[in-house]
Amino acid sequence: MTILDILSGTLLLAGCALGVIGAIGLIRFPDFYTRMHAAGVTDTLCAGLFLGGLAIQFGMTLASAKLLLIFLFMLFTCPTSSHALAKAARHGGLKPWTKAGSDGLDAMGHEGAKSR
Amino acid sequence: MKHVTGLIFLAAILWWILSGYTKPLLISLGIVSVLFTAFLAHRMKVIDDESHPLHLSLALIRFWGYLLLQIVISNIKMVIIILSPKMDIDPRVLRVRVSQHGVLGNAILGNSITLTPGTVTLDIGNGEVEVHAINREAAEDIENGLFDQRIPSDNGVNS
Repeated sequence: MTILDILSGTLLLAGCALGVIGAIGLIRFPDFYTRMHAAGVTDTLCAGLFLGGLAIQFGMTLASAKLLLIFLFMLFTCPTSSHALAKAARHGGLKPWTKAGSDGLDAMGHEGAKSR
Repeated sequence: MKHVTGLIFLAAILWWILSGYTKPLLISLGIVSVLFTAFLAHRMKVIDDESHPLHLSLALIRFWGYLLLQIVISNIKMVIIILSPKMDIDPRVLRVRVSQHGVLGNAILGNSITLTPGTVTLDIGNGEVEVHAINREAAEDIENGLFDQRIPSDNGVNS
């Protein structure tokens, strides 16, 4: 058990914890838009910690370079897909949940496309 | 020509990282495929300042460092929000004026805002960005120009 093993194990465990926390947020948050924020945690730091932990396991090899490429690829694609989702929800007329208007209203209330 | 050279260079490095071959035959096949790709990209006229912002490379790498730091900070904030028994959420949609005019600057700004958990870009363009923020703190970060001020200026690209 070297220092590097401990470091990579810590990163992997932290990544696992962030994945679970992201899932908890996904369940706890009230509506679609806020849930996207929770999913953002798993998209970015969780994936980054996982790939970092794995890269330490591999050391300075081609596999690590590939892991770095995967991370860069995720940094470019995740926001694009998130933005596409948000824009589609907006276009479909899904109104964002607000603290003030939350009492008695369905959080996912479809009101028709009148938000524009 | 500068961009074609850059593309060939990048594609060759990518080919080698993904394959890892060192046999002469396979390397020559790789060179042929890289050159063919560059030829196709050149023929499709997709090689320009926008797809290959070479002039911004150094500034962009510095910006990425800043972006990674912000991602970590906002992740920690999100984890605290999710785990606290009484979630401190007050979602809001806000429109903020930004100083980005070019296509590239707008794309970088929109993606940066979406990448940091707690804020999602809904719409961008005409010098304005529409953001969905999870609470007041996240909204204020955007209003204060957290990323807008830091994005490398691309005078050569602005149209």
